[in-house]
Amino acid sequence: MASIEMQGLTKTYPGGVTAVNGLDLTIADGEFFALLGPSGCGKTTLLRTIAGLERATAGTLLLGGRDVTTATPGKRDVAMVFQDYALFPHMNVQDNIAYPLRIQKMALGERQAKALETAEGLGLEALMDRRPGQLSGGQQQRVALARAIAYRPQVFLFDEPLSNLDARLRLEARTFLKRLQGELGVTTVFVTHDQAEALAMADRMAVMESGRIRQVGTPSDIFHRPINVFVANFIGSTPMNLLPAVVAGAAQGAHLMLGNERLPMPATAAGLLLDDGEEVLLGSRPEYTDLSIEVRPDSLGGRVVVVENLGATALVSVETGGQIVKAVVPEGEEPRIGEPAWMTPQHHRALVYRQVDGLLVARNKEPADDTRTESLTA
Amino acid sequence: MAQTTSAAPDPGPAQLAARGVGVRYDDDTDAAGLGRVRATAFVVPALLLVGAFLVFPALWTLYLGVTDYRLTGIAAAHPQFVGVQNYATAIGNPQFRNSLWLTILFVLGSAVIGQTVMGFGIAWTVRSVPKLVRSAIETLVLLAWILPSSVVAFLWIAYLGRENGTLNMILNTQGTDWLLAHPMPSIIVFNTWRGAAFSMLLFSAALNAVPPSQLETARLAGASTLQQFRDVVFPHIRGHVLTNTLLISLWTFNDFSPYLLTAGGPNHASETLPVYIYNSALYAGQLGYGSAISLIMLVINLMIALFYLRLLKERRT
Amino acid sequence: MSEKAAPAPDNLVAAVVRRVLFYALMTLVAAFFALPLLWLVFTPFDRHPSLSVKLPEFTLDNFRMLLQNPYALSSLKNSVFIAGGAMVMVVVFAALAAYALSRVRIPGRDALLYGLLLLSSIVTGTAAMVPIFLLMFQLNLIDSRTGVSLVLAGGLLPAAIFILKDFMDATPRSYEESARVFGASPLQVLRHIVLPIARPGLATIAVWALVNAWGDFLIAFILLRDPDKSPAGVVMYTFYTEGGQANLPLISAFSLLYAIPVVAMYLFVSRRYGFRFHGGIKG
Repeated sequence: MASIEMQGLTKTYPGGVTAVNGLDLTIADGEFFALLGPSGCGKTTLLRTIAGLERATAGTLLLGGRDVTTATPGKRDVAMVFQDYALFPHMNVQDNIAYPLRIQKMALGERQAKALETAEGLGLEALMDRRPGQLSGGQQQRVALARAIAYRPQVFLFDEPLSNLDARLRLEARTFLKRLQGELGVTTVFVTHDQAEALAMADRMAVMESGRIRQVGTPSDIFHRPINVFVANFIGSTPMNLLPAVVAGAAQGAHLMLGNERLPMPATAAGLLLDDGEEVLLGSRPEYTDLSIEVRPDSLGGRVVVVENLGATALVSVETGGQIVKAVVPEGEEPRIGEPAWMTPQHHRALVYRQVDGLLVARNKEPADDTRTESLTA
Repeated sequence: MAQTTSAAPDPGPAQLAARGVGVRYDDDTDAAGLGRVRATAFVVPALLLVGAFLVFPALWTLYLGVTDYRLTGIAAAHPQFVGVQNYATAIGNPQFRNSLWLTILFVLGSAVIGQTVMGFGIAWTVRSVPKLVRSAIETLVLLAWILPSSVVAFLWIAYLGRENGTLNMILNTQGTDWLLAHPMPSIIVFNTWRGAAFSMLLFSAALNAVPPSQLETARLAGASTLQQFRDVVFPHIRGHVLTNTLLISLWTFNDFSPYLLTAGGPNHASETLPVYIYNSALYAGQLGYGSAISLIMLVINLMIALFYLRLLKERRT
Repeated sequence: MSEKAAPAPDNLVAAVVRRVLFYALMTLVAAFFALPLLWLVFTPFDRHPSLSVKLPEFTLDNFRMLLQNPYALSSLKNSVFIAGGAMVMVVVFAALAAYALSRVRIPGRDALLYGLLLLSSIVTGTAAMVPIFLLMFQLNLIDSRTGVSLVLAGGLLPAAIFILKDFMDATPRSYEESARVFGASPLQVLRHIVLPIARPGLATIAVWALVNAWGDFLIAFILLRDPDKSPAGVVMYTFYTEGGQANLPLISAFSLLYAIPVVAMYLFVSRRYGFRFHGGIKG
C-alpha cells in the first residue's frame, strides 16, 4: 500500500515566504496524480517536500502509512525524475540506470543485469554504452525513467516530465507515460504547469495556487465543474467565458440579467438560494456555447469581430453588450466578420459563480466551497 | 467519491497545534545533505591557511609598523614601541619618496599607458588579419606573460646586453648599457612587454562583445573607421578600459620583477616600492621601518581594490 | 548620394600605402615580442652561445653541462616539490570550501567571499613580505620548502575558491539531489557524483596553481637560505647574478628546462578545457 497522505503540510522559507500552506491531501495507491498550477504556486516545492529535498516546516506526511515527515530523502522509498533528468554525465546509460542498485550495495554483475532488464522494457538496450550527452531528449527521458523504475520505489515523483521535450515528442511521451504508469501500477505524482497535460494524463489532480489547493478531483470533474473562478480560468485550452450578471426575479424562479439581456438560470444553479440583485459571473466554455447567425431565444445578441481557425473548428469572438463572448464552431459553419450572431450558453453546462468570493453556486443546499467534503459527481 | 480540499483560511500555528501537528525549525537545504556542521568543516582548512598567511600578516603589519623591530641586535630581542616614528622617517626619507615617485612612473608608464595601449592596439588590429598571423602574434604575447619571471628577466638582460645584446646589434648602438644608462625606461618597456597579454585578452573579448549589427548600422550610415570606433565601439568598451587599467595598475604597483633586472640600481635609480621594501627591510634588516612602508603599500592596494570592486558592482547592475 | 568615381590613382596609392604601413606595424609589434623570446629558443642549442639572438650551431652539450651542475637539477626537483605541494593544498582546500560555500547556506557567506577576494588583491607577496618573513621566522619555518608551499597556497586560495565556487554554482544541483533521493549518503554523493563532474574545474585550478607556484620568485627568495633547497626560480637568478661572467651555456639550457613545463601546461589546459580568464586568474 503506497498511498500518500499529508495533513497540514507547510513549508515556509526563512525570510517568510510560505510556499506550501497547510495542505491536506490523500493520494491513493497506484494513482497517477497531477499537481497543476501556475509558476510559483508551490507545486514543485510540494513535490520536493514529498521527496525530502525540502524539510516541511509543519504538518505530517505519510508514505504507505509510514510517517516520513522527518525522514532523510534516501530513506523514503521514492524515486524522483527531475525536469532536466539529472542523468550523471560521467556515467554511461547502463551505470546510470544501475546507480540506485549500486547504492543498495548490489553486486556489479547482478545490478548490470537488472539495469539491462529494465532498459529492455523501455527499448533502450541498444544505448547502454552511450553517455547522456549522446542521447536525444526522448531517450534521456526514458533513461531517467528506467533509473527510477530500477529502484523499485513505492512512489514515483516527476517534476515537469514533458517540458524539456519539443512539442511533437511531448504528445507521444504523454501517451507513453500514461501507459507505462498503468502497467507498473506505482503511485505517481507529477507536477506540470500545462493544464492540457494534466487533464490528459492524470487519474486525479489538484489545482494549486499560492501554496494552497484550490480544487481536487478527476480531470472530468475539474473540467466540467471548476468550483471557483481561478480554476475555471486556469483549466481549458480556450478560456471560459465569464460574464458579469445580476440575479433577478428570485421569488418566481430566478433568472439572470446581463445588462438588458435576460438569460435563464443554468441547470446547475437552479433552485438555489440566491438573492435578487446578487452579482454573479455566468461561466460558459466556448466549447459549450452555441453560436447562431439567426435569432434565438434566451441568447445574447452581438456582432462577430474575430474568427480564429483552429483546424477542425474555429474560435469566434462576438462583441455583445460591451464585452467579448467566444464560441467554438465546427468547420464549415464559421460566420463572417461583421455579421450579427446570437450566443447561447448550453443550459446543462453553464455555471454560476458568485462575484463576491469567486465560488461556484452548485446544486447543493449551500454554495460549494473548498472547506467542504462533498460529492461532485451527483 | 469523496475528496478533501484544503481549508480556505490559512491554518495558523494555533490551529495546527490543535490538530496535533508539530512545528519544526527550518534547516539546511543543501543538495547533498552535508549539513551545516560538515560544511563548516569543509571551509575551515582553507580559512586557516588564508587566515595565517594573508589575514594575520596584514594585521600584524599594523603592530610591527609602530615598533623598531630589527632582525639582529637588541631591537630583535626587545622591540620597542616607537609610535608613528617609522612613518615620519619614511615620509622624511628622500629614498622613500624617490621610490614612491619611481613606482608612480612605473605604473603610469607600463600599465596605464603601455599595457593598455599595446593590449588594445593588438586586440584591435588582429581582428582584420589572417587567422594564422593572428594566432602567431597572440601566442607570442601570451608567452611573454606566462613564462616565469626570472627567465624573462634574463631574456631582457641578454636582449639589452651592452656588447652583444640583440637590441644594440639591431640599432647599431653597441656600448649602450640600457639597464645602467636608462633604467626606468628599460623596466617600463620590459613591463609593457611582459603584461600586455592580459589587456589584449580583455579587449579582445570586449571587442567581440560589440554587437556587429550596430557596427554595420554605422557603416551603412557612412561612418569611417574612426567614427565607428568613437561612436559604436568605444561606448561599449569604456567601462572595461577603466576596470582593466585599475587591475593592471594594482598588479604593476606590486610587481617585484624590477629587482630581477636592476635590483633597484644603479644607485636607487629604478628602486620601485617593492624593491625598496626588500632592500631596506629584509636586506638591511630594518623590519619595523619596512613594516610601516608595507602598511602604506597595503593601504594603497586597498584603495585601488575597493575602487575596482565598486566599479565592477556598478557595471553589473 | 555622392557619385563614386572609379578609383583614382591617388586613392589607390593611399590605400596601398596604408596597407604597407599596417603590415610594417604588425611586423614591428611581432618583432618586439619575438626577439627577446627567440634567445630562449636558439641559444640553449648553440655551441657558442652569446647574449644576442643568432641561429645556433646545433649541439646538446649545454644540456649535458646542465646535468653536471649540482644545483640545477636539484632546484628543479625543489620546484616540483614546492609547486606540487602548493597545488595539492590549493586544489583540495579550495574544492572543499567552494563546494560547501556553493551548496550550503552558511551565515556570512557572501561577506566572506567578498572579503576573500578583496584580501587576495590587497595582501600581495610584496606588500606582505616583511610580516610573512617575520611570521615564518617565529614559526621556525625559515629555510623550509614546506613553508614556502604553505605561503604560496595561502595566497592562491582566495581566487581559487572564488573561481571554483562560481563553477559549482553553475553546476545543476539536480545531480546531487537525484543521487540523494536514491539513497546515497552525502559522502557517496560527493565521491560518485560531485567529484567526477567537477573534474574540469579542478584540473584548471590545479594547473593554474601549479603554474603560479612554479614561477614564484619572491616567496622562495625571502624564505629560503640553503641553495640546496632553492627552487628553479631562485637558482636561475643566482646563476646570472652571482659569479662575474654569466655562464651562458648553463643559463640558456636551464632557463629552457625551467620554462618548458609552464608552456606545456598552458597548452594542455587551453586545448582540453579552454582557459578562461576571469580578470585576475593569473596575476
